[in-house]
Amino acid sequence: MDIIGFISKNYMTIINKTLEHISLTGISVLLACVIGVPIGFSIVNHKKIANIVINIANVIQTIPSLALFAFCMPYFGIGRNPAIFALFLYALLPIIKNTLIGIRNVNPAIIEAARGMGMSKTQIMLKVEVPMSISVIMAGIRIATVTCIGIATIATLIGAGGLGDLIYQGIGMLNYPMILTGAIASASLALLADFILGICEKQLTSKGIVRQEKA
Amino acid sequence: MIILKKICKSYNGKTNVVDNLDLHIQKGEFVVLVGESGCGKTTTLKMINRLIEPTSGQIYINGEDIKSKNKNELRRNIGYVIQNVGLFPHNTIKENIATVPKLCNKKDEEILSKIKYLMDIIELPYEEYAYRYPRELSGGQQQRVGVARALANEPDVILMDEPFSALDPITREQLQDELLRLQEEFGKTIVFVTHDIDEAIKLGDKIAVICDGKIIQYDTPEEILKNPINEFVESFVGKDRLWKTPDMLKAQDIMSNKVVKVYGSRSVAQTIEIMKKHDTTVLAVVEKRARSTEKLLGIVGSNRFYGIENHETKMKDIMKTDVVKIPFDMPLTEVLNIRKEKKLRHSPVVDKEENLLGIITNTSILNVLSQIVPESEEY
Repeated sequence: MDIIGFISKNYMTIINKTLEHISLTGISVLLACVIGVPIGFSIVNHKKIANIVINIANVIQTIPSLALFAFCMPYFGIGRNPAIFALFLYALLPIIKNTLIGIRNVNPAIIEAARGMGMSKTQIMLKVEVPMSISVIMAGIRIATVTCIGIATIATLIGAGGLGDLIYQGIGMLNYPMILTGAIASASLALLADFILGICEKQLTSKGIVRQEKA
Repeated sequence: MIILKKICKSYNGKTNVVDNLDLHIQKGEFVVLVGESGCGKTTTLKMINRLIEPTSGQIYINGEDIKSKNKNELRRNIGYVIQNVGLFPHNTIKENIATVPKLCNKKDEEILSKIKYLMDIIELPYEEYAYRYPRELSGGQQQRVGVARALANEPDVILMDEPFSALDPITREQLQDELLRLQEEFGKTIVFVTHDIDEAIKLGDKIAVICDGKIIQYDTPEEILKNPINEFVESFVGKDRLWKTPDMLKAQDIMSNKVVKVYGSRSVAQTIEIMKKHDTTVLAVVEKRARSTEKLLGIVGSNRFYGIENHETKMKDIMKTDVVKIPFDMPLTEVLNIRKEKKLRHSPVVDKEENLLGIITNTSILNVLSQIVPESEEY
């Protein structure tokens, strides 16, 4: 097969591109987590602010990815930085949204019990809200990761590298094995990330909650 | 122990949800706040652990104004049990019970032995249940854990907000009994909110009937049943309620105070005069004591006069002395049983010093019955 031939000849390039791809999406999703989850927690008790934040995130989500990359160029130049920033913006919405939903779904009776027992706000967040909503938050992170891995292929157009390079070069050269390799690698990367994050989600969620959801 | 002083709570500045409420709760007392939904009973309860802050007024626990204390410190020393249990679903039973002691940084060994002790008391053995999650337990078991969690930090005060209302009637009854047992064992001060008057009567040492943010009546269950202060309390309690809890009716409630007495030193002739005057054939024979009390000596009926020649014979010589003396606090059902068993028609009621208080006859029982049964009936 052509693909196998292509891979065996270019495996070093493929691995490099894959690593680039991983670092692009990894960094942006991580940034989105670090910023999105606390945003979700801090706005959960302010309905108006929450609506505004969600609306802004929704608007960002509707901007075509190519256009968003283009918008970032004047500020960040070309290369990895604008790509990471754009991907970060895309990842933000599902993470904030799921954090909000996760915390809102925590039974208010349990929060009241926690307050009544003398837990401080921070303790309630860390010992009650986070563990109880972790599976929903993790689901948001999974969605964000999978979306970003897909969109990151376009980042090649602003010179950010990644598996998009293979696809776009392949298109330019009408090299089908090259296109397929890039596409398959990107798709498998997405599936693999989803699988790994799924395991993390299961590990992080208490047994007391997992089975309840299935029931 | 707990004093609520002129407490008001208003959310809109106009109407008071809780209105100038005063409440004194003694140490070790089980006080039930009862009322219709929206009457302010839960609001009142939540002000005691500052989940809700009063608009005005003070609350003291052990003489200390609770406003002067740190909120979280205060709450850690007050047990709190709510209707929806509120166990943490992501924590095991053991972790749930350990919540408050852990917040207070108690030693692990100390917490563990406390958990084992409490789980033993709520009859969920440690070996079997410690590592289970709340969802693996029945509603009743969960609420038991809820109670154990409230006890874990050894608080003096426990607040309970309709803790049993979501349970089925059988489980509810069980948990009520267990709670009474726990209360007996630990002697905690408990403030308990419910809308169920039956529950209030069963559990409370004292009941506060609340309406529109005010305490209408604050008294023992017996007093509230027997002497409701106004129509609201009467209708809330239910007119026929007393008969559903006959144990609350005691001998002194069904006796007649108009007992005809004769001193033991009186003669037959004098006694016959008294009988004629009062149109009766049975008299209680008494002996005068200090402070206008009279000791019951026996009973004498006119049949005892037959064949007595000497009309100067004293009553204390011919009276029936082996009468059944009914203690004033004997429950109605027991009185009825004794009367039936011993075929008694006149049962004198006495206090602890055997002073005569009154007499129970069929007529007196009927009189009480006719008073409590509703006066008017629509046909």
